[in-house]
Amino acid sequence: MTLAHAVIENVSRRGFLKGVLATGSLVVAAKFVPPRAALAAYATGAEKMPHGVRSDPHLLVSIAPDGIVTIVAIRSEMGTGSRTSLPMIVADELEADWSRVRVVQAPGDEEKYGNQDTDGSRSLRHHIQPMRQCGAAARQMLETAAAKRWGVDPGEVKGQNHEVVHKASGRKLGYGELAADASALPTPPADQIKLKDANAFRYIGKGTTPIVDLFDITTGRAIYSIDARLPGMKYAIVARPPVFGGKAVSFDADAAMKVPGVEKVVTIEGTPAPAKFQPLGGVAVIARNTWAALKGREALNPTWEDGPNGSYDSTAFKAQLEETARRPGKVVRNDGDTEKALASAAKVVSAEYYIPHSAHATMEPPSATVRIADGKCEAWACVQSPGNTREELAKKLGLKEEDVTVHVTLLGGGFGRKSKCDFVLEAAVLSKAMGGAPVKVIWTREDDLQNGYYHTVSAERIDAGLDASGKVVAWRHRSVAPTIKSIFAADQLHEAPFELGMGFVDVPFDIPNLRCENGEAAAHTRIGWFRSVSNIPHGFAVQSFVAELAKATERDPKEVLLALIGPPRIVDPRKSPDVADFWNYGDPFETYPIDTGRLRRVVELVAEKADWGRKLPPRHGLGIAVHRSFLTYVATVVEAAVDEKGRLSVPRVDTAIDCGFAANPERIRSQIEGAAVMGMSLALYGEITFKKGRVEQGNYDSYRVLRIDESPPVTDVHIVQNGIDVPSSGVGEPGLPPFAPALCNAIFAATGKRIRRLPIGDQLAT
Amino acid sequence: MVKFQVNGQTQSFDGDPSMPLLWYLRDELGLIGTKFGCGVALCGACTVHVDGEAARACITAVNDIAGRSVITIEGLDANGNHPVQKAWRALNVPQCGYCQAGQIMQAAALLASNKNPSEEEINSAMSGNICRCGCYQRITAAIKAAATGA
Repeated sequence: MTLAHAVIENVSRRGFLKGVLATGSLVVAAKFVPPRAALAAYATGAEKMPHGVRSDPHLLVSIAPDGIVTIVAIRSEMGTGSRTSLPMIVADELEADWSRVRVVQAPGDEEKYGNQDTDGSRSLRHHIQPMRQCGAAARQMLETAAAKRWGVDPGEVKGQNHEVVHKASGRKLGYGELAADASALPTPPADQIKLKDANAFRYIGKGTTPIVDLFDITTGRAIYSIDARLPGMKYAIVARPPVFGGKAVSFDADAAMKVPGVEKVVTIEGTPAPAKFQPLGGVAVIARNTWAALKGREALNPTWEDGPNGSYDSTAFKAQLEETARRPGKVVRNDGDTEKALASAAKVVSAEYYIPHSAHATMEPPSATVRIADGKCEAWACVQSPGNTREELAKKLGLKEEDVTVHVTLLGGGFGRKSKCDFVLEAAVLSKAMGGAPVKVIWTREDDLQNGYYHTVSAERIDAGLDASGKVVAWRHRSVAPTIKSIFAADQLHEAPFELGMGFVDVPFDIPNLRCENGEAAAHTRIGWFRSVSNIPHGFAVQSFVAELAKATERDPKEVLLALIGPPRIVDPRKSPDVADFWNYGDPFETYPIDTGRLRRVVELVAEKADWGRKLPPRHGLGIAVHRSFLTYVATVVEAAVDEKGRLSVPRVDTAIDCGFAANPERIRSQIEGAAVMGMSLALYGEITFKKGRVEQGNYDSYRVLRIDESPPVTDVHIVQNGIDVPSSGVGEPGLPPFAPALCNAIFAATGKRIRRLPIGDQLAT
Repeated sequence: MVKFQVNGQTQSFDGDPSMPLLWYLRDELGLIGTKFGCGVALCGACTVHVDGEAARACITAVNDIAGRSVITIEGLDANGNHPVQKAWRALNVPQCGYCQAGQIMQAAALLASNKNPSEEEINSAMSGNICRCGCYQRITAAIKAAATGA
């Protein structure tokens, strides 16, 4: 594949849009493969993602004769707003009137649409440039078509607000009237695509575009995976082994079959670890409605063989992780001579932190519907990974990928859980067992909490050496946590580069002797991505410890933080000894360096906005934390109040974010507001524990998440203003990591009590 | 045979009378706006109105609604323009949106009985409705806006 030339294809002839855009509409026909450097102002990792990135108007844009513009959303919508923001960027460059734009969701097809994994806070940062190019190319084709029709030079006409205008003569043609001609034109060569001047943006950067599903959501019309309805559809509830790796020894299928409405009891085979995204196995009850399936499962009375994880006990494991963190581990960064500097330090400060397993607990539990007919499979699924889901379905059913269609519904929350398609594969196995009839699998909340992919559990230990003046001269951080790699490969005992790079080896501190070690930890359950991933434990330890250093030296925590960050500079962990395969979130370091100037700026901005040091009532305190993750800089100030009985409240949160150019500030605000709530859930309650391999929590009573009456009434979001030339970076995840340490630092300021073990739970009770 | 009204239409059901209203609405009537979140009245995603009061459809058996009138999100306003729905849109409340029908039904029931709730009353009325995305700040603001017609 050449990157140097545009590839022109006539879509309406080739029928490329069958399926998604098969509306009989005219299609702006242009397929181009953007040459990397010529088009993009800056390089991103988008093209290195599996199947790369598309910016092809003929794939993504169609214009009907009535002028309605339809834009394909290639990313899943789980609440971040990407299903709105990406088409909005196309529409702006296209000079389309947003009220005449419709958005359709792409099915899983990465050969066609490029990478569709909605994860890693990548959607906007990898697509702002390609989406701009797409819209601009389409606009230029419409302009060219109008100029031809009028017999004028294309330079004299301009696409604006859904029509092309010839200023000299006052002539105008609507986009609908030009679509047919435009679709017959070649795409302008990549290097001739003229992007709009940022001053002319209508929607980009404004934050005035409501999400496309707003009306449907508020009227109950929005369709999530669990809402799929097909003729003849059956409902399935699955009894899964309570211990990861276990299997059913016996069950009472007859009792389940006696429940009116139950039609079949089917065994699902599990897969020995590492099982990636394969179903856990178990016994499914398939019925005419959900209620019958639920009652049928109750009647199954299964007995289980627990397998190798039947002894997993998270309390014992905590002690084991902490013990490991007290011993030297594999060295993963090693600047200077930390051991020597620690030995000769005037003072050594040490602390250990523990961050437990937690569960995503998406409001929509995993659910999927699959039917198989005529050798073809169709799935309706709330997946963050439609391409991978398609691939796994094809493998599971022995079909070709082109015979598998994954319809992507809205996701009722994702947070990483729905990057794993195990629940879709269950529906496929069950549909097959029912002769291809549509089967909807629904996970109950208990299923979700007890059979999930859990956020890792982590022990973190930091030892710092201070000189006589209180300056930190040595920093040794040990992190011990089971790795996500354990679901993909056997015998994985160390954090992977993508985990080490999340706030651990990339710690941006100005300390001459800095050593990071990673001890061994085996996984005894399924470990999976959870919003912000390893940034949660790493950020909690580092940012709590900074405040502990402030206490140890009787200085202001914000000043200590800024002193540790040091002067504005680029910190390049790749230059540090023993850092292997440094993970910069899959993006080029040159585009997204670790810039301590920007880190300092969010600290200073949030301190100013929060009026750091402001006078507070008794038993109130302020805490601050900063963390760079997903290439974005976020600093948070939390005000905590702890009453005489140890009851915690958070009257106010201020967060400053520098995510490069802010393409949709309104959705950035909503993400950061939400991150404060989820961050407080994590800090206060978030814990999944295991006894005899079984999860001890069952529903929202034992696995609590924050409710409105406990939630911070005010989260003010302060967005650093950047021009379009500053590369946009992640938004969905980076708001979360600084919250828990800022909160615990605030609790310390309010009470003098240092929280080193999450969740806070009843640790404040007096 | 149990008879009752859903969104103004008379319905009858002769299946298992212990079936929760949630599954009846979703599986039998196809009213999928009412969501499943927990099954045990802990999250409020399934909130509907029964005779004008907010109720959790997941723990309300079909039998319990005999002779009563149920309103779901689909029936809250014919055009989707209940003041609460309009306020929700004006303030861009939803993120993923999944819990929002339940939130809106709970908020509408609150405002039906209390035209101008205080923040404390809002917290109290809404504390049974979980939003995992964390839209609470905007939910509070939207309820206040709906109350004042702002």
